[in-house]
Amino acid sequence: MTADSEYKRRTVLKAGSAAVTATLVATPAATPAAAAQTDSSSVDMTLRVNGRDHRLAVEPRVTLLDALRERLDLTGTKKGCDRGECGACTVLVDGRRIKSCLTLAVMRQNVEITTIEGLVRGDKLHPLQEAFIRQDALQCGGCTPGQIMSGVACISEGHTRSADEIREWMSGNLCRCACYPNIVAAIQDAAK
Amino acid sequence: MKNFTYAAPRNVADAVRLAGQPDARFIAGGTDLLNLMKDGAQSHGAIIDINGLALGDIVQRNDVIRIGALARMSDVAAHPAVRRSLPVVSEALLNSASPQVRNMAAVGGNVLQRTRCGYFRDSGTTCNKKAPGSGCPALEGENRGHAILGGSDHCIAVHPSDLAVALLAVDAVVLTDRRRIPFADFHVVPGTTPDQETVLGHGELITGFEIPVTPLAARSRYLKLRDRATFEFAVVAVAAALNMRGDTVRDVRLTFGGVATKPWRSPEAEEALRGKPLTTTTITEAGRALVRGAVTRDHNAFKVDLVQRALDGLLRDLGGVR
Repeated sequence: MTADSEYKRRTVLKAGSAAVTATLVATPAATPAAAAQTDSSSVDMTLRVNGRDHRLAVEPRVTLLDALRERLDLTGTKKGCDRGECGACTVLVDGRRIKSCLTLAVMRQNVEITTIEGLVRGDKLHPLQEAFIRQDALQCGGCTPGQIMSGVACISEGHTRSADEIREWMSGNLCRCACYPNIVAAIQDAAK
Repeated sequence: MKNFTYAAPRNVADAVRLAGQPDARFIAGGTDLLNLMKDGAQSHGAIIDINGLALGDIVQRNDVIRIGALARMSDVAAHPAVRRSLPVVSEALLNSASPQVRNMAAVGGNVLQRTRCGYFRDSGTTCNKKAPGSGCPALEGENRGHAILGGSDHCIAVHPSDLAVALLAVDAVVLTDRRRIPFADFHVVPGTTPDQETVLGHGELITGFEIPVTPLAARSRYLKLRDRATFEFAVVAVAAALNMRGDTVRDVRLTFGGVATKPWRSPEAEEALRGKPLTTTTITEAGRALVRGAVTRDHNAFKVDLVQRALDGLLRDLGGVR
């Protein structure tokens, strides 16, 4: 696959995401402004995501996952089980992979959060994103952002010496389309 | 999840004072607590975030390894002193949860995690742990995962922590803001009060663990059997620590997970080996001693055999017995 076609793929995704944002803005209850209207129990906080500071006010019970998706419109991070079992919500905090559904937004201030949106450099996909496309490591795509964030960490941790080792260290990410062989191949590919 | 007030104290004294509120709870990793609160199995009016406390260090001083309560599972598992002197602890941690959860979950919270009994986790069912006196559907219901040791007519839920089974095998001591508790005295069996799982008082804070470095702990191993290859709780787990003098067992620790209502040590199984050679006969006798008091239910009787096989396999491996 050429770099051109990869760029087109991203452009399509980007256009789709913009359409969703526009729809949300048209619904008053879902606008960022409405979300920022605090009741007495909301907490003012700053989250540093993908190199940018975001100020927001949310209730203490709001998970990092919900803050990313519902308040910051970073919907690349997916909500699967919301119980820490599927891994679709995986993000990096100071370079370490965590499940964003199992932590509160208020607990993740003063750290560097990286989501799938933060992997690209300009128009250039992250090498693991390119490897996922090359190895056909996705079908429905629901688990893919989490797989990629987890895979990026798996590679940086050095847990890629064999397919078995990758399978063990990627066990926190489930794929109901069962793309596992291709996911392992993509991680091996990108780890080279 | 019901809403709560949130505080992030910067020192232990403030944390303990804040946790004195009637419905307060500490949060560290939050990997179990948030699920319990989402599922409605627990709710708390005040959450005290202790991640700002300086309790994350892992240090060895002379013959003691001290692990701070806020050390993350992944960091403890990978720590050179732990790997060298307490292999059973490292192995138990690496066999727990997923890489993401191990990066989040603190070891202090790990030993306080609640049971995975489905009746406890489901807000729509009765449970003596959740609502004392409401009844235990597991006794006559779906109990394949439940305990064969340490149960009562009120509760047969299994304690889920792998780390706790390992810490019990290496004679750990729990450090709190007010006292030292030998690990063997930390968890309690359900009896008539299954809502009480440890001897911790309300608002008492685990600050860390102290573990003696001994030849016994240095030769230790963890075997976990589960329904899938990884990222699953134990059906049966065994931790063993062995100190041999020639062909004779000088000292041994045998602790078990997946089969009991608390991290389970079997002095009877250990006694069957201590001072004796490690042979097929003595290993078999140790297994029999372990399950002598077992009480089985409709779906969990297979654990009686399985835990003996697991013990046999682990001891042969650890002791070099063919």
